[in-house]
Amino acid sequence: MFRYIVNRVLWLPVLLLIISFITFALGVYGPGDPVQQLLGQRSDPETVARIRRELGLDRPLLVQYADYVGRALRGDFGESITVARGQPVAKLIARGLWVSIQLNAVAVALGVVVGVPLGVLAAIRRNTLLDYVTTAGVVMGISLPSFLTAPILLWLLSYKVRLLPPGGWDGLFSRSVILPAIVLGAGPVAVFARQTRANLIEVLDQDYVRTARAKGLPEVLILGRHALRNALIPLITIFGLMLGGLVTGAFITETIFGIPGIGRLGFRAFSARDYPILTALTLLIAVSYTLANLLVDVLYAFVDPRIRYE
Amino acid sequence: MAQAQLSGIKTGLQADVLPPRRHPLAEFWRRYRRNRLAVVGLVIAILFVITGVGAPWIAPYSYTEQNLDAVELPPSLAHPLGTDDLGRDQFSRLVWAARTALIVAPSATVVGVTLGLVFGLMAGYFGGWVDRLIMRLSDVLFAFPGLLFALLIAATLQPRFEAWLLRFEVTKPWVRSGYAEFLVVITALSAVGWPGLARLVRGQILSLRREPFIEAAEALGIPAHRILFRHLLPNALPPVIVAISMGMGGAILAEASLSFLGIGIQPPTPSWGAMIINNFQYWRRPSAPWMLWAPGLVVAALVFAFNFIGDGLNEALNPRERR
Repeated sequence: MFRYIVNRVLWLPVLLLIISFITFALGVYGPGDPVQQLLGQRSDPETVARIRRELGLDRPLLVQYADYVGRALRGDFGESITVARGQPVAKLIARGLWVSIQLNAVAVALGVVVGVPLGVLAAIRRNTLLDYVTTAGVVMGISLPSFLTAPILLWLLSYKVRLLPPGGWDGLFSRSVILPAIVLGAGPVAVFARQTRANLIEVLDQDYVRTARAKGLPEVLILGRHALRNALIPLITIFGLMLGGLVTGAFITETIFGIPGIGRLGFRAFSARDYPILTALTLLIAVSYTLANLLVDVLYAFVDPRIRYE
Repeated sequence: MAQAQLSGIKTGLQADVLPPRRHPLAEFWRRYRRNRLAVVGLVIAILFVITGVGAPWIAPYSYTEQNLDAVELPPSLAHPLGTDDLGRDQFSRLVWAARTALIVAPSATVVGVTLGLVFGLMAGYFGGWVDRLIMRLSDVLFAFPGLLFALLIAATLQPRFEAWLLRFEVTKPWVRSGYAEFLVVITALSAVGWPGLARLVRGQILSLRREPFIEAAEALGIPAHRILFRHLLPNALPPVIVAISMGMGGAILAEASLSFLGIGIQPPTPSWGAMIINNFQYWRRPSAPWMLWAPGLVVAALVFAFNFIGDGLNEALNPRERR
């Protein structure tokens, strides 16, 4: 177990090196030269060359990359080229990160608070109307893209019925959170509901549940003391996998609702080919995704003693 | 039921009590159609294919034809879904966009699945450093945020690829007609799509390898490639087929997302994602709901359909799902 964790942690820097190199190379060879973007129409070759030199874009790829790694290790991820000229990338990301974390936390919380009870209900009322409605809702939650649900909700709840503000960010506890949270939370709710339902149905078929029933234990106790615990453990793994999907979803959702998080920052950086921001964002997402999954694996082995890692 | 179990034991002795032997395909269809939603999904998917193939005959207008006297019209008899900001018929664009999706999604899925199958088989069968290398590679791709990675690849490939195609007389027209964009999007989506499938196949192979029939084959000295393709692959296929179906829905969604973010299929080639973003800015206008909803609902219906097909296939192919 200990060796497994050490191995995984040692692999992390290698992973980061590979990922940063790929992103960096894509950035350097990418289209939409940031210098061109910066200068717009009035770009004479001389100015372009001068700015390229200033930004260090005329050096060989490996030199640029080594330089980048060296500075990144000291917390310097370069400066934004086009989105916010001259601002340090680390600062821009730090500013958006807290907003995004709050928004994603709401989405995951929705997933647990709504999804798990729904899944439990669907499992114990199996093959009833409730179960069918839940299943249909789950498929909808998984398959409806956020670029469809967001405009529909906006049109319905913000334009037709002026119930909620159409966007913006006024902190976690404001009405403007509600719409983006629903759009972003639909996926997690669906995934949690589906997994809970499937796990619980499987657990309820187990011998020890039959034994508990034979003992004449009330159904509530069977569920609470025996079935649920075992059904919910596998849900831990979803948390790790969900992180990657959420960030991607936040890309579109934050842009549509005008929320100043890292998703919208990423969208703007991409549109303006601001590669320093994109590279740093990719790294950040990769690190958090990998760390979260490591944590999940360790936690899983801790909660379920049957699991052993070599 | 009891009879069926009995006959399973006494095979050959009591031919008259055996259930009628069906062709495997007929048996498959019998089990598949028990899931009503899966049948509905199949119908939607077939309609999608027909629309994509028959676009020139189904669409009442050309997808590029502009009419600046008829801009942003609400739905009417002449224009069932209204017109967009350039006066183009929305219904026709919707139909033609089906062809775009029909080219991109299956190709991206097929390329991604092939890569996943090859890598998964190699990792699972050979093990050792091959396995470690492939799994590390998939680790790297998994840690990348998928959509962002696809965006970066597509954005990087597009100009290079078009420049390369322009060098040959034969391929020159492809660039202007937009085929280059298709290839770029297909490459980006399959590059992101294969690792999940590779892991699935690897897991299958690892569990199958310990089965006695594979050990027997190895003991008989059957060469590795024959064991791989004749014995392991067919047995590992059912979950792969399910994953392909789910992947089709995912690819349609991913293509729409890329277009929504302005990368990949470029105007005037119609794409559902691009239609949604084009019309998104008009969500407050009277004709807007349709312009937004029609492409969105089509995408959603297809993702739905392929999910249900996946469920149906799972029940029909998975022996543990017997009900």
